[in-house]
Amino acid sequence: MIHIKRLQEDGADVIAIIGEIDASSSIELDLAIAKSVGEGYVKILVDCSALEYISSAGLGVFMSYIDEFKDKKISMVLYGLSDKVANTFQILGLNELLHIAKDKSEAKAIINELQV
Amino acid sequence: MNYKYKVGCSIENLKGVRDFIRKSLKAHHVPDLEISEMVLALDEMCSNLMIHAHQCNANDLFELRIIVEKDKPVVFELVDDGTVFDINEFAEPSIDNIVHEKRKGGLGIRLVKSIMDKIEYQAAKGQNVCRLTKSVHFK
Repeated sequence: MIHIKRLQEDGADVIAIIGEIDASSSIELDLAIAKSVGEGYVKILVDCSALEYISSAGLGVFMSYIDEFKDKKISMVLYGLSDKVANTFQILGLNELLHIAKDKSEAKAIINELQV
Repeated sequence: MNYKYKVGCSIENLKGVRDFIRKSLKAHHVPDLEISEMVLALDEMCSNLMIHAHQCNANDLFELRIIVEKDKPVVFELVDDGTVFDINEFAEPSIDNIVHEKRKGGLGIRLVKSIMDKIEYQAAKGQNVCRLTKSVHFK
């Protein structure tokens, strides 16, 4: 089961993922990011502090936006990853392709720098 | 010790598969991070099987077996009667290709191959057995 909450803070869209993302639930993450993009946000923060598990289906969602974000000058920063979730990104080297911060304040600092 | 779990081929059942693996391995004092990596690899293998070999038909069943003995590699067996999807025959796309061609599927294959030590397939009497092996550090 997965819950996704969105709230807006300092002009950024904060997407909080609660629960486990696998092949059956990755579509909901995809929809949440698509909505954020559709509403015109260029700063997207992904709160992973309550993300308990992510499979390759979920990783694939983040990867699938990399090119689009570059074209549209949208920045996305993930933060609050548990050790296990962070390890999943590291196995594939995705930590090199995505922006990952320790906590929300670091994530905000990074995104503000990216959007200068 | 051997553990067995019968699963219907609906991706809604993946959560149950993950919980079964976690519970079985925790009882044998396998470190959490190693459990989480194996869960990831098996989630991938099971979802591949459900989606590609059984078109997510919840009435099709397969069996997941875990064989775990102290100081020996952990063995997982996926037993089913569908079409074999041998991931050893698939070249892993580069991460660049995955990004630019949106090849979401390629990520899973990379994951399984980087986590597990060995992936073997066997067919006998109309049954396919996919055996995945992984050495772990027992606590």
